[in-house]
Amino acid sequence: MVDVLPPGLILILGGLLIPLLRGRAQAIAAVVLPVLGFAQLLMLGPGSFFHVQLFDYQLTVVRVDRLSLVFGYIFHIAAFLTAVYALHVRDTVQHCSAMVYVGSAVGAVFAGDLVTLFIYWELTAVASVFLIWASRTERAYRAGMRYLIIQVGSGVVLLAGIILHVSATGSLDFGRLIGGDGLLRSASIGVVLIFAAFGIKCAFPLLHPWLQDSYPESTPTGTVFLSIFTTKLAVYALARGFAGTDCLIWIGAAMTAFPIFYAVIENDLRRVLTYSLNNQLGFMVVGIGIGTHMALNGAVSYAFANIIFEGLLFMAMGAVLLRTGTCKGSELGGLYKSMPLTTSFCIVGAASISAFPFLSGFVTKSLILDETASGGHTVAWLVLLFASAGVFHHSGIKIPFFAFFAHDAGFRVKEAPRPMLIAMATMALGCVVIGVFPGLLYSILPFSLDYHPYTTTHVVTQYQLLLFSALAFTVLKVTGIYPAEMRSVNLDVDWIYRKALPALIRWIAKLGGRIGERLHALVSAQLDNTYRVIYSLHGPTGVFARTWTTGAIAFWAVVGLFGFLLLYLWGR
Amino acid sequence: MSDHERKYWLDDRKNVNKIIYGLCTVCAVVALIDLFPYKHHLHFRFEYWPGFSSLYGFIACFGLVLAAKQLRKIVMRDEDYYG
Repeated sequence: MVDVLPPGLILILGGLLIPLLRGRAQAIAAVVLPVLGFAQLLMLGPGSFFHVQLFDYQLTVVRVDRLSLVFGYIFHIAAFLTAVYALHVRDTVQHCSAMVYVGSAVGAVFAGDLVTLFIYWELTAVASVFLIWASRTERAYRAGMRYLIIQVGSGVVLLAGIILHVSATGSLDFGRLIGGDGLLRSASIGVVLIFAAFGIKCAFPLLHPWLQDSYPESTPTGTVFLSIFTTKLAVYALARGFAGTDCLIWIGAAMTAFPIFYAVIENDLRRVLTYSLNNQLGFMVVGIGIGTHMALNGAVSYAFANIIFEGLLFMAMGAVLLRTGTCKGSELGGLYKSMPLTTSFCIVGAASISAFPFLSGFVTKSLILDETASGGHTVAWLVLLFASAGVFHHSGIKIPFFAFFAHDAGFRVKEAPRPMLIAMATMALGCVVIGVFPGLLYSILPFSLDYHPYTTTHVVTQYQLLLFSALAFTVLKVTGIYPAEMRSVNLDVDWIYRKALPALIRWIAKLGGRIGERLHALVSAQLDNTYRVIYSLHGPTGVFARTWTTGAIAFWAVVGLFGFLLLYLWGR
Repeated sequence: MSDHERKYWLDDRKNVNKIIYGLCTVCAVVALIDLFPYKHHLHFRFEYWPGFSSLYGFIACFGLVLAAKQLRKIVMRDEDYYG
């Protein structure tokens, strides 16, 4: 089967055919396609398939190994559940683009060479932007444009890197790209560019603002799709190409820490979740940076678990947005009364992301933290621990608290639609199953793993960390120190290209205009002068325009000849 | 909101206080476990200090919120700042 149709293509082609269907059939097709794709995955054995000759190079369109399979499984599971969540949606654009987007992410995960990776990489960008535009607002349109420019830009950087890399090494293979020393500074420019392209999609610090800018502008269901695939594809690509790259430990640690400050003061709860997503990616990046088998297992399993609990949180906020028309903390509160089931599922997701024992976050994040500690990265470990407490604070407490509890904002709405509830319930169940039976997830990880997360020490210290974080929140709230949710926007790095750059360009244009005026004045003054001189010499009264008498000419001719005679005699 | 709406358990301030006291009690219990020598196989010496995880969690979150409040002074703008 794999020789006929590479993984992901079922979703892409199926997605492109969705517009031929009508009404509910479109939404049902979006549920069926991931099931077909998953069935195909189950038939796949390890190996390389689908070799295509491109000029002098051979492309390996499909490469199946344990790393790509884990991501393949979770991408299909998440696509299926999100499609169930979106069953009530009647929008051709969303169903079609979501399936093409998921399919291209799956295709990228199974790409065996860099050119195939690049093609799918760009396809995820182009397909996913329609999910943002599907909101059909001016804001969403503009955010989508910015998103598209950055995503396609990441593809262009990737392509440049690939060209340089291939011309230097002659190899198109997408395997480990970083050298044995794990140092980026000793890597070739091509490899550094590929690293940067992955970094943009993975929302590295300073390269991150597209994430917070665009995802919250999508539709309630579109944001769930978006939150899952693009960034995890980047995590996969980093795990494949840059495992053990030293600087990733610091990049990842910074990523876990700085977004949580923003998450505390952000008002839009879906945007809070994008900061939280950014922070979660940081944990995975640290795992990849450490690069041991256990750390990589940690990063991959955390990506797996995160897709489920973060997806669940986005789903809960999507349901809130659908029912109340807002996702702003300042306008919400008390929703547990009208949406009790959504509240419960959200709490399970929130507890999972906070890594409460017996939930999925605990059994996966511990792998990363343990490896960070045993690698002797004391500062990075302390940062991760700080970020873990912070995650509990903003995702674990803030999200459910301000949406469903806090002061009653007076919303009396219906519970989320049934398909949404079914999807959220399944996600919540997934969190519990992985938490209670971690062996199920451990068994499909890239490397064999013998790890026991449930030691007394581990469970007790984790409860201490989390409960005292909750206590800090309570103290801050009771004493009134906790910052109130306010209608506002917080400046982030995107300020540079949304405000500063346009202002700079306007200023340069204005300055250029002024310089132009000056130059024009200067040049015309010079031209005027020149003209005046020429006119004074050649004009009707100018010296060159005068008529000379024959006598004067004869006199000057004689003077000339006499001068010549003198010189001639002198020379002899 | 209608006046006849049913009262929820959390609508009563006393019940909210019960939750807060409950949390304080649980915190006290988990912190006091540190009086027993149960910690094994930890990587850093400071992890064995009694109360390390509890204090770290509390200070981290408290500091996080105070710092974020300061950050608000620098980065917070009106909602339609970007137009």
